[in-house]
Amino acid sequence: MRYLPLTDNDRQVMLDKIGVRQVDDLFQDVPEGDLNPTIDLPRHKSEMEVERHLTRLAAKNTAAGSVPFFIGGGAYKHHVPATVDHLIQRGEFLTAYTPYQPEIAQGTLQYIFEFQTQVAQLTGMDVANASMYDGSTATAEAVMMARRVTRRKCAVIAGGLHPHYRAVVETTTQFTDDKIVVCETMPADPTAELQALIDTIDDTTSCVVVQNPTVAGHVLDLRPLAEAAHAQKALLIVVVTEVMSLGLVMSPGEMGADIVVGEGQSIGNGLNFGGPYVGLFATNQKYVRQMPGRLCGETVDADGKRGFVLTLSTREQHIRREKATSNICTNSSLCSLAFTIHMTLLGEKGLRAVARLNHKKAQQLKAALAVIEGVEVLNDAFFNEITVRLPGDAADIVETLASKGILAGVPYGRLAPDAGLDNLLILAATEIVTDDDIAALAAAMQEAVQ
Amino acid sequence: MSMNNQGRPSSPVHTNAQSEGFKSFSGHKGLRLSEPLIFELGTVETSGVDTEVLEDFDLALGGLDRTAEIGCPGLSEPDTVRHYTRLSRLNYGIDMGVFPLGSCTMKHNPRLNEKTARLPGIGDIHPLQPLSTVQGALELMQELSHWLMTLTGMPAVALSPKAGAHGELCGVMAIRAALEARGDARETILCPESAHGTNPATAAFCGYKVKSVPGKANGRVDLEALKAALDDSIAAVMITNPNTCGLFENEVKEIADAVHAAGAFFYCDGANFNAIMGKARPGDLGVDAMHFNLHKTFSTPHGGGGPGSGPVVFSDALKAYAPLPYVTTNEGTLHMHEWPAADDTTLGRLTAFHGQMGMYVRALTYMLSHGGDGLKQVSEDAVLNANYILASLKDVMSVSFDGPCMHEALFDDGFLKDTGVTTLDFAKAMIDEGYHPMTMYFPLVVHGAMLVEPTESESRFNLDQFIRSMRGLAKAAKSGDVGRFEGAPYYAPRKRLDETQAARKPVLRYTKSDEA
Repeated sequence: MRYLPLTDNDRQVMLDKIGVRQVDDLFQDVPEGDLNPTIDLPRHKSEMEVERHLTRLAAKNTAAGSVPFFIGGGAYKHHVPATVDHLIQRGEFLTAYTPYQPEIAQGTLQYIFEFQTQVAQLTGMDVANASMYDGSTATAEAVMMARRVTRRKCAVIAGGLHPHYRAVVETTTQFTDDKIVVCETMPADPTAELQALIDTIDDTTSCVVVQNPTVAGHVLDLRPLAEAAHAQKALLIVVVTEVMSLGLVMSPGEMGADIVVGEGQSIGNGLNFGGPYVGLFATNQKYVRQMPGRLCGETVDADGKRGFVLTLSTREQHIRREKATSNICTNSSLCSLAFTIHMTLLGEKGLRAVARLNHKKAQQLKAALAVIEGVEVLNDAFFNEITVRLPGDAADIVETLASKGILAGVPYGRLAPDAGLDNLLILAATEIVTDDDIAALAAAMQEAVQ
Repeated sequence: MSMNNQGRPSSPVHTNAQSEGFKSFSGHKGLRLSEPLIFELGTVETSGVDTEVLEDFDLALGGLDRTAEIGCPGLSEPDTVRHYTRLSRLNYGIDMGVFPLGSCTMKHNPRLNEKTARLPGIGDIHPLQPLSTVQGALELMQELSHWLMTLTGMPAVALSPKAGAHGELCGVMAIRAALEARGDARETILCPESAHGTNPATAAFCGYKVKSVPGKANGRVDLEALKAALDDSIAAVMITNPNTCGLFENEVKEIADAVHAAGAFFYCDGANFNAIMGKARPGDLGVDAMHFNLHKTFSTPHGGGGPGSGPVVFSDALKAYAPLPYVTTNEGTLHMHEWPAADDTTLGRLTAFHGQMGMYVRALTYMLSHGGDGLKQVSEDAVLNANYILASLKDVMSVSFDGPCMHEALFDDGFLKDTGVTTLDFAKAMIDEGYHPMTMYFPLVVHGAMLVEPTESESRFNLDQFIRSMRGLAKAAKSGDVGRFEGAPYYAPRKRLDETQAARKPVLRYTKSDEA
């Protein structure tokens, strides 16, 4: 077996050294009768055979890059420069452990420090952590952090929060005495949706969770919401599922956020059928010690040279055990490295340029769909995602278009089957979309809705 | 002979000049290159990405465009490649040498895994594509599930947890959901003293109190103490098996029976599953839920701290409470069950999408490569390697518990008594020997713990070299060569770092005033 270096001779020499006759003598503590069960699994395969098998499975899927592609809804297809994937596969990054021995992990620690700084800059906040599993789990962690900060139990959730994120918050807090209040979803009226949120805040509210742009793609002015939350001493948690938007849209920090969480997949990371992704978590300096997850900090070594270490670990499970701020152990380090490298390639200038291109494509998409009879576009202010109301069930239309080789978007009903919004379709247009793609989508849509 | 030398071959030159100790003008030391932060290298005007140039157009952002500077510097592509290549060289990884970090299973990461994860039909599919366009992905998830259930002898598996600790959360939530369905969630979860910190943290997360169960002198859970602690207030017992002392809980079935007799559930932390693949099945041992760490047992890269992946297998008693989403089959077509039906008892959704597909494909690639026969050989070799180390070091280091170990060997600092050398010093001296240190000060149940897990990836040659270093260090410590230890590491990119300063006045991001 190609991954196992020991030869039979090695094994015998080693057993002799240990002083046992056979390897099963080392498994003497396994209850009798339970050792060496019959396991009905295929025998080992050559590299070529395994690759063939996986290639066949892969061929049954439609790759996003092979068709006109308009799916977003919390995961976005962007162009990731070849450099990113090359660099993250260096063995010194790929096969390193969590940097618990900082003297031989400065590579990891320095890029985490760079990542934390980039995330803080993008979100307009003071500090960020070393990353979370993904945007949805980061949102749940933010809700629990707000409880620790405010010592209140009631979280108010905007109707425009991605329904899967809402579900993750509800699942995660279901066995605590936290109360989760979900406001009405109004994809056609973002102003009313925002007002409903403001009206729900009271002096028991620990936090308000709002997504910007919303799941329907609306860009919101959150300043009045921040004011309303702060007047009641509640925290404003802003969720960003499309981090590319931060290259064009006013930052959550500027609008008054206390915690910003987000999905960082768009920068540096592929679609991967939903994971692994990289959760972003940023807040202001005064709340640092209430943050979940790993933090990297600057220090010096014995020679006075600058170096980096994991720090404030007294918040974490391996020290605090049941009193930890979270049970989280891992971050999403390699994905955060991809984020950091892509972000370094972009820089502010490149990020702004790509973000503008996204916005331009979305405007073209909107224009192309708006002229189709029976199709109503719901967005005025948006970044790269819009929602349309169709004359029939969006899932059926998406299926029809998929059969023509066009992946048209996310039916709202897929995200929330009970919302009564089955006629809504959410479409994203990133920089990968071509004019031909938009024309093909519009033509197929026109035909499908007739 | 290279063209560069133009026919002038170099040969060793012996001079009187100082060969070490001078400072270079660049701050580099030959191949050891010092590297600033990107914030000190780049500018906001620089970019390593070319994009289509757009003419001005009206934004549709409701006046909310970002006018203030963001501040992220960019680097050209060559400078980016160089920056991150230089940083990578400050790291130690499995690719460089033995990485004997106990309970972390730092095994070889096959590159075929990386290749299959990047097939367009796998790496470039969206979680919300119509299911008709991702049938191969669902099939892959089912195939992985089949392997995980077969290896454990358990009837159900939830793939979606994003990492080991998330898997624990999933398992304990399912337990709580099952107990609530019975009408009483109960109050307390029992954890052995040797448990990973995530276990009690997870229990607390699910609203449980945590009570510690003492260990016995042989490093196993004290069955009698456990029985005494079991009553109808106990929701579950969380036990790692093989445990964090590197030992198999030989009374695991008695434990399971006692737990079940009290109406509680048996959660097994599967962090150490690498020791028992094909050798023993948790399903035969009375386990109700167990998470895997695909990044440990099934070779998906640790990546410097994630991404992980933590699928959970369930017994019949818990499977109805498994999280959403999961794959179902209907007449040859695969479906994804994404939202609860009216009579569902699922614990709910744990993550936005379907979990770590990128890790599933790597783990499945690894499993298919080994086959059932190879996975059993993996566990046997992992256990053999650990016992070989144990046998080769037991005369110079302090073995904490008698008898064979499983896939990791536990030592304590008894052999360092009165030497002035601590476990930390010893670990740092291993860095100078060219090794990543073993896990230190964990588990907490022995003094100055050193937990050594070689994994099956090491050849006898590698093990012998490693053993030579460990024996040398142990003897050096005992012979009073304290200098070798107290300043160690001497040969790493950094000397010991000041963690106290880092925590006292945290600097968690770059700001311009940092420039010195």
